[in-house]
Amino acid sequence: MTLLDDFLIRAALAGIGVALAAAPLGCFVVWRRMAYFGDATAHASILGVALALSFDVSVFAGVLATALAMATTVSALAGRGYAMDTLLGVLAHSSLAFGLVAVSFLQGVRIDLMAYLFGDILAVGRADLAVIWGGAVLVLALLWWRWSALLTATLNPDLAHAAGIDPRREQMVLTIALALVVAVAIKVVGVLLIAAMLLIPAAAARPFAATPERMAAIAALLGMLAAVGGLQLAFALDTPAGPSIVCLAAALFAASSLAGLLLQRRRG
Amino acid sequence: MTSLITLDGLTVAHGGNTVLSGVSLSIAPGEIVTVVGPNGSGKSTLLRSVIGAQKPSRGTVTRAPGLRIGYVPQKLHIDPTLPLTVRRFLSLPERVSDARAAEALQQAGAGDLAARQMSSLSGGQFQRVLLARALLCNPQLLILDEATQGLDQPGSAAFYQRIEKVRQELGCAVLMVSHELHVVMAASDRVICLNGHVCCEGAPEHVASAPEYRALFGTGTQGALALYRHEHNHSHDHDCKHDHHHEAAE
Repeated sequence: MTLLDDFLIRAALAGIGVALAAAPLGCFVVWRRMAYFGDATAHASILGVALALSFDVSVFAGVLATALAMATTVSALAGRGYAMDTLLGVLAHSSLAFGLVAVSFLQGVRIDLMAYLFGDILAVGRADLAVIWGGAVLVLALLWWRWSALLTATLNPDLAHAAGIDPRREQMVLTIALALVVAVAIKVVGVLLIAAMLLIPAAAARPFAATPERMAAIAALLGMLAAVGGLQLAFALDTPAGPSIVCLAAALFAASSLAGLLLQRRRG
Repeated sequence: MTSLITLDGLTVAHGGNTVLSGVSLSIAPGEIVTVVGPNGSGKSTLLRSVIGAQKPSRGTVTRAPGLRIGYVPQKLHIDPTLPLTVRRFLSLPERVSDARAAEALQQAGAGDLAARQMSSLSGGQFQRVLLARALLCNPQLLILDEATQGLDQPGSAAFYQRIEKVRQELGCAVLMVSHELHVVMAASDRVICLNGHVCCEGAPEHVASAPEYRALFGTGTQGALALYRHEHNHSHDHDCKHDHHHEAAE
């Protein structure tokens, strides 16, 4: 495929893949108020990068493992003395700090830390593309399969129990999906901005959606728009690609909030 | 007649704190059972055990095979970021046909609400939609956890009348928890007075005059309930003009 030889095409496809998986998951993050949870999982993944490099395994595997470990630790510790946000703050920032320190110990490997903190979408190769799309499809399939149960558990845990759904299992599904998205998105937007790709398109979609499904679909569209448009912006203005994508997403959010206000006023 | 659900010596402890101890009861098809009790008496824990959300520390909960339970939760906070129409809400977790959804809404007295957003409903409308959702599975047992919290007195009275009507139409048993004794007791076949254990149980008139019940509610809630109970147990020889519809049952 000659099309994939162009680094810009590869970058755009990578961005679209991440946006597709992040948007519907991001809706759950918004609905369940897990924004900080997503942030913590993402921050922890820098530790995964350091571990992967020192044990010479793929960065994807290292990040996936750390993100999963982080998310399950948080789930297990929740409700045992500390408030969730305190717990997340402690774990997120300490794992980021430990990760940064661990990276500095790595000898012989000189890694571009910036590439992991802010992403390096223009350096996405064919293999990365396969990992990104594989992960994205997996996340989408997981959400598709559990969609009704996830929504019910999000509404109310007891309602889920009464319908024979175990809310803790659904929480686990979301945790796994979150770890996958983090592992897949690290190359595209980096650990510091992954939460933005989850939250901003979903939040921007809210004013235009009457059902959860429509909100997820609109979020996916906005996310893809931000990814492709942000890349073009970065190319035209010579700005860093990952942050440019998030900047455009933020602009879309601002515009949608404004439109939402106007819509509300017209409805009275 | 086999019972729908049987609790045998149910004991539930949260972190060393025993909430329920040795609760045994069973619910027969078609009967309305009301659980009353002060705050912290384990009423909600009891219901959560019945629906399977709470694991017993000791004892057993036995459901009739294939028992269909309709559950109306105490409160349901829907995050404003979650867009959800009433119609979509009814299709959670299992999709239902438009006809079935319309029928359940009609039964619950919420026939005109299908297209509304859940977040735009008033308290009473919200409760009726929750009831409609619970009716979708054509339940053999309808469970209501303080379903009228936040409704005013006429609102909750109307809601309980609706429950009785639903029971007549569907023939389902009803298990509910309530604070509003005066409204609920008249509509119940059986009242269970709970305070960590079953204090007393039986027909409403029996429970209302039981010393255990008086001990719990007579002093604990000051005037309102004592006054109410007095109404129930009024002597027949003094001169009252107002209507006592309970007399027929006594």
